[in-house]
Amino acid sequence: MDRIPILKFGDLLLVSIQVDMHDRLAMNLLDDLTHRVVDDRAGGVLIDISSLETVDSFIGRMLGNIASTTRALGAETVVVGMRPAVAITVVELGLTFEGINTALNVDKGVEMLRSFNSGA
Amino acid sequence: MRNGTRVVHSECLKLQESEDITRARQVVRSWAVDLNFSLADQTKIVTAASELARNTIDHGCGGKVRLERVSEGDREGLKLIFEDRGPGIADLDLAQQDGYSSSSGLGLGLGGSKRLVDQFAITSKPGEGTCVTVVKWV
Repeated sequence: MDRIPILKFGDLLLVSIQVDMHDRLAMNLLDDLTHRVVDDRAGGVLIDISSLETVDSFIGRMLGNIASTTRALGAETVVVGMRPAVAITVVELGLTFEGINTALNVDKGVEMLRSFNSGA
Repeated sequence: MRNGTRVVHSECLKLQESEDITRARQVVRSWAVDLNFSLADQTKIVTAASELARNTIDHGCGGKVRLERVSEGDREGLKLIFEDRGPGIADLDLAQQDGYSSSSGLGLGLGGSKRLVDQFAITSKPGEGTCVTVVKWV
């Protein structure tokens, strides 16, 4: 599989990463999301990483790039569902997730995106 | 490494293209599970392997990783040896600092991986290649 499905939910785009990310998959996701934000006039992007067993600096950088790119287009990205073991590891690795919104789960992520859009 | 370290089992994986990183992560994970590492420690050694495998491919022009299940006294561990025949690293101290990157990366590869394992050794000769050895004990 070379592409990760992107679902539309109201004015939000939802992505659930359920496979081990290799480079091409990551590049395609950035490309696809950027276009879908514009084409669907999305108000926000939610990326669920609860299935990811590993987040390395490459995936961290990819998530950061997605967040910056969608923000440039006017849509915030929230990354949700990071596993506890992954959180411990990325901090020790030195990833700061600076500039990336994170939330505990999909519900909280949607809540966060709604609050951005209502100007709260 | 101290005397008395025994290699119980080993395997070699090639690292040439990006897909090989995914493969290396899977194999390291399955070895870590077999060794009964805690979930957090499995994640740490797999993440370190991912960073170092990427270095081997992106900076070392490709190479290989050798996995070894090692035992020393009554403890067991997983040793990973990454070898490439790339350009080598001129300043090893600088290369291990956070934020230092010769390319467009975040520069966390070497320094970050070092924090995720128990033992870390690197040797490199400009023009000949680089070898990084890490060990995580159960």
